[in-house]
Amino acid sequence: MAVVAEVPGAPASPPRRAGAFFYRHVRLKLLLLLLPGIVWFGVVYLGSLGALVVYSFYRLEEFTGLVVRDFGFGTYQELFTASNVDIILRTTLMAAAVTVVCGLLAFPLAYYMVRYASPAMKTVLYIGVLMPLWSSYLVRALAWRQILAGEGILFWALDKVGLDGAMRALLDVPVVGGPSIVQSYLGMLIVFVYLWLPFMILPLVAALERVPPSYLEASSDLGAPPQLTFRRVVFPLALPGLIAGSIFTFSLTLGDFIIPTFFGSSAFFIGTQVYTQQGVAGNLPLAAAFTVVPMVIMTVYLLTARRLGAFEAL
Amino acid sequence: MSAGGRRAGLGLRLASAGVMAFLYFPLTIIFVYAFTTQSAGFRFPPPGLTTEWFGTAFRNPEIWAALRLSLSVAAVATAVALVLGSLLAAAVARTKFFGRDAISFIVLLPIALPGIVTGIALRSSIVLAGVDLSMWTIAVAHATFCVVIVYNNVVARLRRSSPFIVEASADLGATGIQTFRYIVLPNIATALLAGAILAFALSFDEIIVTTFTAGQQKTLPIWIFQSLFRPRQRPVTNVVAILVIAITFVPILVAQILTRDPATTMSRDRTR
Repeated sequence: MAVVAEVPGAPASPPRRAGAFFYRHVRLKLLLLLLPGIVWFGVVYLGSLGALVVYSFYRLEEFTGLVVRDFGFGTYQELFTASNVDIILRTTLMAAAVTVVCGLLAFPLAYYMVRYASPAMKTVLYIGVLMPLWSSYLVRALAWRQILAGEGILFWALDKVGLDGAMRALLDVPVVGGPSIVQSYLGMLIVFVYLWLPFMILPLVAALERVPPSYLEASSDLGAPPQLTFRRVVFPLALPGLIAGSIFTFSLTLGDFIIPTFFGSSAFFIGTQVYTQQGVAGNLPLAAAFTVVPMVIMTVYLLTARRLGAFEAL
Repeated sequence: MSAGGRRAGLGLRLASAGVMAFLYFPLTIIFVYAFTTQSAGFRFPPPGLTTEWFGTAFRNPEIWAALRLSLSVAAVATAVALVLGSLLAAAVARTKFFGRDAISFIVLLPIALPGIVTGIALRSSIVLAGVDLSMWTIAVAHATFCVVIVYNNVVARLRRSSPFIVEASADLGATGIQTFRYIVLPNIATALLAGAILAFALSFDEIIVTTFTAGQQKTLPIWIFQSLFRPRQRPVTNVVAILVIAITFVPILVAQILTRDPATTMSRDRTR
């Protein structure tokens, strides 16, 4: 390392010299700034993820119930048995449905916030959307368990307006329905959408804000009806926001094990399967292999999203 | 885009109001059922109203222990996140270097990947390393996903402030410490505070990663989770839920106001 040269006329107190030193040695300063973070994320986080992936190549000895540390693909063969593939498909479909419904609900509000709301109203709405995002996830799930309960407020309200019959008919629909709304995929979908909706609204607002109003005027001046302007101008420009939001809605649904525990049928989701395999079943290799699935899905998703410019809208 | 003096169509206004109602209505239910006289169900309207559950919750030592644990975990996680997040932000905000984008990507990963991945990954490596699960393992896990909150806040603030103020300070004869104390710190103070509050709130009510990195310890969310399997004294859970909302709501509101630049919104500070 180079000896610190005295700058002519510069005072030479030690802190000042240190300051000048770091000013000239940007790389060294950078290294010192980065070091703690890199060590933490490199060792604690990436190290753990690596360990998890390694574990997924180990296997569980069936008779002893102990993990055998031989490298192999046995656990992955188990992962791709029919019942486990069903779990992966079920979870992915639910994540996709949640993402689509979140997008549909988020769009009108985001559009209203950006295009029509007064500045004061916009601030209120913005903070209004942010607050649930930060407030307890579990508390909000608990609220829905109480709302959807058979004797709860939803059925009470439906009964008052005479729609309880319609709800029962809806619950009779295969796949969507179930013995009660709490035990149906519909109920699970509602809760997931409720929980992750703010994650979709915020990036969408950010993306819509960057659509210049002049584009919309230009489109309309050129004779496009509003629907066409929406389809050809607003929607493509809002797409990075939708994708950024979908990263959260998709990923959060893929890895959740609390909601499938309390809502829906007893069918397993990736999250509940991981939880059971590592806990009660003691099959950490299979649990690890199961978590590799969302990791792969999300890595592909994130890389695609980055290519599509979605990180600009986060 | 800004409000162009036009009024939104009725459909759009109704849809927006509906979505806002959808976001807030469930929280009112939590309040209603904290006062119901029915101990084991969710009958609506409640058969009667009482405040006795607040007393029951107050006298429950388990709840107090869980509250203390959650507060300590959140405090440690926030402290670690503050240090790591602001150091990384300082490195990334001003200098271009190889792998800079990777840093933003990696700090985002713990919250972008499903919580269960982060949770089980940390658990397996903690167990592999032979470390006992404790309050500290929970705090380490929480710190890992809290860093990104501080990091994002500080990066945004540093990008918005002029890079020349630090040089100007040095030219005027300030030492590095003085520059940090009188120039840099006041500049990023509110971003740090907001980041700290949000990190604290995120840690305080996190459950998924906590489930995997806790041993016998019960944080407040874990207590709530376990109480959901208990058929009796359901309203006590709601009382605790109100407590959680109360502890997080006001600070988060403050954090949001602190980070709001009056003239711009979150999307504008992206000039690079």
